Amino acid sequence: MMLRFAPALIVTLLVGPILAGLTMAALPAFGYLPALGGHAFSLAPWRELFAQPGLARSVAVSLASGLVTTAISLTVVLLFLAAASGSRLDHWIRRLVSPLLSLPHAAAAFGLAFLIAPSGLLARLASPGLTGWERPPDLLIVQDPWGLSLMAGLILKEIPFLLLMSLAALPQLAPAWRLAMARSLGYRPTIAWLKVVAPSLYPLIRLPVYAVIAYATSVVDMALILGPTLPPTLAVSILTWFQDPDLSRRFMASAGALLQLGVTAAALAIWWGLERLVARLGRSWIEGGQRHRGEWPLRALGKGLILTTTLTACAGIATLALHSVSGFWRFPEALPQAFTLLHWQRALPSLAGPVASTLVIAGVATLLALALTLAALENEQRTGCHPAQGRLASAFTLLYLPLIVPQIAFLFGLVVVVETLGTRPQHALVIFGHLLFVLPYVFLSLSEAYRRFDPRWSQVALSLGNTPNGAFWRVRLPMLLAPLLTAMAVGLAVSIGQYLPTQLLGAGRVPTVTTEAVSLAAGGDRRLIGVWALVQASLPLLGFLVAVGLPRLLWSHRRGMRGSP
Amino acid sequence: MNDRHHLVLKDVQLALDGASLLTLDAEVGPGEILSVMGPSGSGKSTLLAFVAGFLAPAFTASGRVLLDGRDITGLPAERRGIGLLFQDPLLFPHLSVAGNLRFGLPRAARDRAARVEAALDAVGLAGFGERDPTTLSGGQQSRVALMRLLLSAPRAVLLDEPFSKLDTALRQEMRQLVFGRLREAGLPSLLVTHDHADAEAAGGRILTLA
Repeated sequence: MMLRFAPALIVTLLVGPILAGLTMAALPAFGYLPALGGHAFSLAPWRELFAQPGLARSVAVSLASGLVTTAISLTVVLLFLAAASGSRLDHWIRRLVSPLLSLPHAAAAFGLAFLIAPSGLLARLASPGLTGWERPPDLLIVQDPWGLSLMAGLILKEIPFLLLMSLAALPQLAPAWRLAMARSLGYRPTIAWLKVVAPSLYPLIRLPVYAVIAYATSVVDMALILGPTLPPTLAVSILTWFQDPDLSRRFMASAGALLQLGVTAAALAIWWGLERLVARLGRSWIEGGQRHRGEWPLRALGKGLILTTTLTACAGIATLALHSVSGFWRFPEALPQAFTLLHWQRALPSLAGPVASTLVIAGVATLLALALTLAALENEQRTGCHPAQGRLASAFTLLYLPLIVPQIAFLFGLVVVVETLGTRPQHALVIFGHLLFVLPYVFLSLSEAYRRFDPRWSQVALSLGNTPNGAFWRVRLPMLLAPLLTAMAVGLAVSIGQYLPTQLLGAGRVPTVTTEAVSLAAGGDRRLIGVWALVQASLPLLGFLVAVGLPRLLWSHRRGMRGSP
Repeated sequence: MNDRHHLVLKDVQLALDGASLLTLDAEVGPGEILSVMGPSGSGKSTLLAFVAGFLAPAFTASGRVLLDGRDITGLPAERRGIGLLFQDPLLFPHLSVAGNLRFGLPRAARDRAARVEAALDAVGLAGFGERDPTTLSGGQQSRVALMRLLLSAPRAVLLDEPFSKLDTALRQEMRQLVFGRLREAGLPSLLVTHDHADAEAAGGRILTLA
């Protein structure tokens, strides 16, 4: 059976390119790249790298954004879960978490920039009444040298991710039972949650947290829009050197890629140390018997913070929409004096190509990922071998590899590999690159529902004379349609949002809505950016609408199919 | 459906991680119902999984299962000709009531529509074919599950505490219906239960596991 090879195939697909890419970044970093005339090993690339002005600052901003944003996002998520479980806010946020997660990083970054820039919507709303500004102030808010706006943008995107991961992990902890027990011992609800649920939840979301740290230390597309420029973050610097027409700078770029790997590893190591520290401090807090103190402020913070970040993200999207249809818009006016569809009409002809490209790449990558995932999960069911979940040592952990190794560190090593091989099938190559990131997310999204599926359904189908394949197509797939479509929507969203793999593996010749939108950042035409970012944001949303709507339509006469099975 | 079938369990031994769970040697004739009783953890459900072909890899088994003289121990579940009835009716929620019955009918069966109608009629559910299974009562769902099983023309049947989730009044009625139908069809059946009343109503031999 082909199924048996699926797990091995997945591991090879994920690990192979990363190892190859890292190797081909490591060799040039020490001067070896025959194609560019590097025949002997040397430390010259490193000397050149460390001689770059502002390198220390770049590294510091990258490291800080990884740690600071993760700490804040995790705090916001945990406080929200502690303060709001069961409330109306909880219900409301849970509905918004998937669409917010599907929002591409670039679109979120543009939305935030349009909101907080000196001439942005917030300044307009406060001017001239509160600020007295008659013209945009001369402040460097977006692209500030310390990367604060970059961090704010990252936090907006990390919160929905960590929240969704937590919500998926929570049911197995039976939080209601734990809370009831703690409350019957006299603990206030928020304190109770933090003391008896959070400590068990953290180990279950540890890998996603590490993925967030790795992502934030090495993000490129958001940093191009919100990050500092002189010097930029380390990842952006590496990309600039790599794309320099002077090919000899690639040696230095390779050294930079290894340095990025080190920075991410350092961030993870520091976090690991912080984990120990918090665990030690936390234990004495948990066992100290304190039942009430802090309940009210923690509750207020838990609700307030999530509300602020969610409203910011939504306001950002609204601002994008506003800009895309705005005519003349004088500074402190809160709304444009005139609305027009001109920007859309002008952009439409150039939108068609990239939109088609985006959808083809996302569609093929997602279908491939789905087929591999289903094959691996079905194989697991049929052989009855279940991998140890959540354990750091299991093969399951390898799924996180593409999410934890920084993209910039191995992707252009991969480009070097491809260039060495000589062939450049661009769309196929980009799809392959996207698959590295789509596959883990599709797998993580589908595996939970697949493994929880009551095995008796398949047993009934088999005992009624169906083959295992028949049981798969006639029972398992239709009954798992909803989680299947959700996994597809996640896959599409991940692919649509990819910037670096598209840019590097497509050699800049495969334009997608994401690469086009990011490239507009330098130009600063807000109306055009509004159009492109809005298109970029709406494509993944369409996927989620289908994922929610199609099962309701198909199963409108089947009450048993409306909840998740 | 009136063929006479024979189920033989020969020197069956089940073990988990080397520790023996149960040993069994039994013969079940046509229309006969063998009840296996025992506390939870005694290996009742494991026995059913072994006979049906769903034994989890953690278990080891020896011995043979013979159905009408043919050794089916090595066959995959779908080719054993053994039907299952669980404590839940497990009607597929994505299919209609009739869809569930058609799912049970062998592909080669003729007069499919007529047979489905007749099956519904036989358990007092005529006209329920296009209904959504979740809109049926628990007892109605159990009856559909029974007819789905019979339509698939099994050669033997395994019952895994099939009445434990029904309320008392319904339980008596379902026992009579299920046991009557199985006997009428001449099917050898293996009933696993921890309710003495089930075993007594089955009217066959009772095997008690330690």
